[in-house]
Amino acid sequence: MGKLFAVVLVIIALVSAYPILMNKYPLPEDISTHGHLIDKQLHDTMIEAGVAFVGAQLILAFFLFSFSGRKPGSALKNLPGGARALVIFAFVIVGLEVLALGVVGQKAWATVYFTPPKADALQIQAQAEQFAFYFRYPGPDGKFGVLHPDKIDESNQNYFGLDPANEVEARDDIVSGELVVPVKREIQLFLHGKDVGHSFYVRELRIQQDFVPGLELSVHFTPTKIGKYEIMCTQLCGLGHYNMKAYLNVMSQADFDKWLKDQSTQ
Amino acid sequence: MRESSAHQAHVHAPPQGFWRKYVFSLDHKVIGKQYYALALVAVFTGMILSWAMRIHMVWPTAKIPGLELLSKAGAPGGVMTPEYYLSLLTMHGTLMVFFVLTNAPFAAFGNYFLPIQIGAEDMAFPRFNMMSFWITFLAWVVLMLAFVIPDGPPIAGWTEYTPLSAIGRDAGPGMQWGASLWGLSIAIFCIASLLGALNFIATTLDLRAKGMTFMCMPICTWGWFITSCIALLAFAVLLPACILLILDRHAGTSFFIPAGVVASDRLQPHSGGSPLLWQHLFWFFGHPEVYIAILPSIGIVSHILINSIRKPLLSAKVVIYSMMSIGFLSYMVWGHHMFLSGMNPLSALAFSFPTLTITIPATVMTLIWIGSLYGANIQINSASLFVLGFISMFVSGGVSGFFLAQPSIDIYLHATYFVVGHFHMVMGVASLFGVFAGTYFWFPKMTGRFMNETLGKLHFWITFVGAYCIFMPFHYLGLIGNVRRYQSFLDDDFMAPYISLHQFITISALVTGAAQFIFLANLIYSRFKGKPAPENPWNGTSLEWSVTSPPPWNNFDGQHPVVYHDPYQYGVKGPTGDFIMQTAPQRLIVSGD
Repeated sequence: MGKLFAVVLVIIALVSAYPILMNKYPLPEDISTHGHLIDKQLHDTMIEAGVAFVGAQLILAFFLFSFSGRKPGSALKNLPGGARALVIFAFVIVGLEVLALGVVGQKAWATVYFTPPKADALQIQAQAEQFAFYFRYPGPDGKFGVLHPDKIDESNQNYFGLDPANEVEARDDIVSGELVVPVKREIQLFLHGKDVGHSFYVRELRIQQDFVPGLELSVHFTPTKIGKYEIMCTQLCGLGHYNMKAYLNVMSQADFDKWLKDQSTQ
Repeated sequence: MRESSAHQAHVHAPPQGFWRKYVFSLDHKVIGKQYYALALVAVFTGMILSWAMRIHMVWPTAKIPGLELLSKAGAPGGVMTPEYYLSLLTMHGTLMVFFVLTNAPFAAFGNYFLPIQIGAEDMAFPRFNMMSFWITFLAWVVLMLAFVIPDGPPIAGWTEYTPLSAIGRDAGPGMQWGASLWGLSIAIFCIASLLGALNFIATTLDLRAKGMTFMCMPICTWGWFITSCIALLAFAVLLPACILLILDRHAGTSFFIPAGVVASDRLQPHSGGSPLLWQHLFWFFGHPEVYIAILPSIGIVSHILINSIRKPLLSAKVVIYSMMSIGFLSYMVWGHHMFLSGMNPLSALAFSFPTLTITIPATVMTLIWIGSLYGANIQINSASLFVLGFISMFVSGGVSGFFLAQPSIDIYLHATYFVVGHFHMVMGVASLFGVFAGTYFWFPKMTGRFMNETLGKLHFWITFVGAYCIFMPFHYLGLIGNVRRYQSFLDDDFMAPYISLHQFITISALVTGAAQFIFLANLIYSRFKGKPAPENPWNGTSLEWSVTSPPPWNNFDGQHPVVYHDPYQYGVKGPTGDFIMQTAPQRLIVSGD
């Protein structure tokens, strides 16, 4: 049965690797300026992980095949090099590999998190609540009105707790259920969590960031392709979590300007 | 035997009467079996919950038999509501991580075998030991009460992130009393685990028999000892975290809730707290916890592997040092669960490097296991099949860690099925394989009977292939961005091509789960009707094989065993075969260590 197990292991290793080699589960198209860094890192890691996975399973299978079901009294022997060789291999090869992954891998992270947004980035605020996303644009004055939690009123669609009667900056803020942005323009998205933890995830954008009540967080990105992309909540937030979605609507600059103007006049 | 106050504390009279013998026993062996029985109930409960979840996920309008009996509100007409899906998800995770993966490989087998393997009559503190089990049992009862209260179990996942878990009823169904019961249950569990860990540590340090130096202890004893050290620190942090959560929920404090939280149209009366504080406290426990789940199985598997290949490992010492390194490093990596949480992005790199570094001791161990097979004489039986299956699973589950350890890649893979596949394989399945291996291996010692080998092998094949069918596809689903903790995907256009894969996974889960009943039937039948087993059915060297099957109430019948060498004397010319027992004063053979 040891030999059968060895054969099954080989089959499992190859069957598991097959969909990856045949790219049966491709990443969604990348519509961001930084996404290619993540994709490349994922691809490189897949090669290393794939070699480690398939290699280990095949060697396990080979040894199992060779050294099970042996005649009683067969001579025992040790792997040449013994433990020392394996420890050196682990420290040197694996150590170098993980160091490389760690050092090279931080590039995409740095692009997203260590590079500040450009001064002319379009600023939009996203608010996540049970179970919807809302987005706020600062309007022609370029300033966001103050968000007053005690003035939030869903029934009056005052999702951001604005006080336009008393605050000038709040009067021209534009609120939308869709994140509408112009293509090839850097966006700085401020994230405000209204009630519990949520998360902003757009697969194609290669962006994911938690909303944390009490923390004013932000991410920045530049979408590169016109289209509609799903925004999903990825932080368990309650019973409607599975249904908490919005759309990222990337438009041409002209269409975006028109959209913004239409929103202002409403 | 070392003379110490522990010597007096751990000596107890032979059990008299039904209650002392079978219920409130001070005997570590009975307590070990009690933990095992509790873990068995928890694992079947958790498994059936996962069946219900998987069926609902791919057939959301399906009437699931029996579910309405469990909750009329949660499953009217047997059709699961979205919120009940999250309740079952929360209970599945909580039961599996705490009551199965901490109980079975660690508390159950550790309790039963650690004292025997070091040559002691019992644990250092038998009364604490008894209390540990019954407090764990109380924790389980409190948790299960969440099923019967009207509001149902909590819906915030086994991680119970705040503010969702802290603000109470306004957060949603199950978040009123369900979440409080969760917090109370886990706090009680922490107390029991702390008592247990203290006991294991004191016993290992103080009650080793003459000649039982640290390096003469079997690797599984090391596994339990290192796990206890980790557990002492980890549960000591989770306990106050749960207390603070309960205070936020019931005493108006704001440890985890900031100002300005508006839930269910109400401005919550809290301020000054931090949701990230909960995450830090939880994961500071939570990451070592996953090593608490796997290290005992690593020890058990190493122990059985040596016996099964009839030769020592290339270096047991290196495996032990690797286990220690993993235990140490486990405390430095908790932030890798929080890369996208809003904590300083620089800290992501600080957590990423030790996470990647853990690859090194894990690789060392895996290479030594595999490398030791070379030139061996591998004996195949149910126990060794699960040992070899463990190695395969540990590799598969471990390599997906390469991806998740890097913050850049985590931006895309966080909260997807890639993570779910990773932890189920490397922690869930691998750890359970260690438990299965330990059960088939030690059942003859614990009961004096063998388990049925044919059923054992059948159990293995279905479980091994089935586990790959379930959890390998999770990684593919993660790659396409399939988000986790969703009760269904039918509204996502991009998921449409992958629903059939989800259906395949569900069917695999049902079949693999059904095979566990073969194991259960085998366990129960063999307990009473299994083929009688001798004292040392596997020709083992460690001390458990030097006593009767089952061992007497005081393990060594009043004798004090003397140990002459390490437990790796295999492949040598011994008095009764190719091995020399630890208690046999043969000439010590240098095994290349």
